[in-house]
Amino acid sequence: MIDANKLTRPQDIRVDLQLVAEMVESGSRVLDVGCAEGTLLDYLVATKNVDGRGIELSQEGVNTCVAKGLSVVQGDADKDLVDYPDHAFDYALLSQTLQATHRPKDVIDQLLRVGKKAVVSFPNFAYWQCRAYLAVKGRMPMTSDLDYAWYETPNIHFCTLRDFTVLCQELNISIDECVLVGGKGQILNYEVNSMRANLFAAQGVFLLSRD
Amino acid sequence: MTIIPPTSNHHTVILGKDTPMPLDCGAMMSDITVAYNTYGTLNEDKSNAILICHALTGDQFAASRQPVTNKDGWWNILIGPGRILDTDKYFIVCSNVLGGCMGTTGPKEIDTETGKPYGLNFPIITIGDMVRLQALLQDYLEIPTWFSVVGGSMGGMQVLQWAAAYPERCFSAIPLATAAKHSAQNIAFHEVGRQAVMADPNWCSGKYLEEDKVPRAGLAVARMAAHVTYLSESALHRKFGRNLQDRESLTYGFDADFQVESYLRYQGMNFVDRFDANSYLYITRAMDYFDLARDHGTLANAFKGTETRFCVVSFSSDWLFPTSESKEVVKALNAAGANVSFVEIETDKGHDAFLLDVPEMLQTIGGFMESTARSRGIA
Repeated sequence: MIDANKLTRPQDIRVDLQLVAEMVESGSRVLDVGCAEGTLLDYLVATKNVDGRGIELSQEGVNTCVAKGLSVVQGDADKDLVDYPDHAFDYALLSQTLQATHRPKDVIDQLLRVGKKAVVSFPNFAYWQCRAYLAVKGRMPMTSDLDYAWYETPNIHFCTLRDFTVLCQELNISIDECVLVGGKGQILNYEVNSMRANLFAAQGVFLLSRD
Repeated sequence: MTIIPPTSNHHTVILGKDTPMPLDCGAMMSDITVAYNTYGTLNEDKSNAILICHALTGDQFAASRQPVTNKDGWWNILIGPGRILDTDKYFIVCSNVLGGCMGTTGPKEIDTETGKPYGLNFPIITIGDMVRLQALLQDYLEIPTWFSVVGGSMGGMQVLQWAAAYPERCFSAIPLATAAKHSAQNIAFHEVGRQAVMADPNWCSGKYLEEDKVPRAGLAVARMAAHVTYLSESALHRKFGRNLQDRESLTYGFDADFQVESYLRYQGMNFVDRFDANSYLYITRAMDYFDLARDHGTLANAFKGTETRFCVVSFSSDWLFPTSESKEVVKALNAAGANVSFVEIETDKGHDAFLLDVPEMLQTIGGFMESTARSRGIA
């Protein structure tokens, strides 16, 4: 039996989740896609009083969420977002999951159909450590954040900050807000489309909307 | 020391005495006997009551010894002191459905107008009628809101019907291994079962009780066919394979050479002792007629504006009520903006999994119950 008291509580939240949470307005309706064990969702319910829902692939993840009192359905970002009505949520969140989807472009499209806004965070594959790893070792990068061997990684669609902003342009999606995070979790005040942003940001958090 | 909570068996109450209860078929029914059991104690706020809805061949003995078979309650795995449906914490009610044969008014009971068993004079009933009667029982027990309505298979249909018809009277709902409609395949299997019963000469056009006969063979065949649909191919293989029953070699005859045959025959014969053939016809019909979307235009409409919290569970090897059916329900609940959680449990146990010790299911329901109880303020 899952002991609710032993579950991760809001104060333990990771920095990127914290940043995603900061982009969400209090009291809004939120769908967290790929919510894992519900850490972010739980945090949003506790601190921002959101009406939250989640989608999670693993049964264990869903069970943990349900034990926390969260409403989470077992499902897949690639397949199951189509089942939600248009603009059912104020925000659709996708944290550190984009690179693991089969059709990232369709998923982003769906996020902004289901949510009035979307918050997307992902690791930047053009981060200097990744580049150096590939350039020097000649092997697929493995860092502390991305510690899977190429043959077993769930991350099948890596992109760079630049790739992402170009895709947003193509899809007529506006980037309302963007926070870049360095390798040590520090916030970088670089322009998102700059060379140094693409080189020094380990991850990016984007607030998106479509007019 | 745990105090064993009061199990209160063999209650009956007559409902619809002053005001007859309307049925979906248009008939009115009065003086309906309801047989029910309760487990645990109702708290002062009356906020801890749970309704258990039983499946096609289930009964009110969810957590107590069944008087005919002398077997333990069919949901002992879930209900009891310290269990997920904790009888130290909740007040649990389980009633025999309308049309049943364990004490609630059904085709085998005496029609006071004729002095004979109803037989086929019993009106056609629906899942909606069953739930309407349960709502009368809820009124009688003076429980304003069920903390939860829980059930699997046909029990799950009742749960969905409850949530659609009386959303303000159920705080949470746990439909397991079920669907918002009966599929063509399921109707087909039911029709095979009904035809088996009706083909038995001892069925006597439904008047076997008056003729002092029992359509044992027909009902047993119906049960055997249905029982296969409750399992999965891999579960059958795991349990029986091609193993022979008490013999070294094939007999070159039609005896039950194989264990699986012997098992099914046993299931069929046992069932006949505890179930009424006409009840089987009526209740299977009620399931066939169930279609929440048709009743409400769309399935999402059935749950529009609901504040009930849902926990939907399906089982990967269930081909009678497959995961896709549960997902339809979840999709509709999401479209209605409902609070819904959903899990598909990986198991090879087939449709029957909801009745069995499947730890992942117990974890899901347990977590949901605990968190929902916290928000309902039930200690």
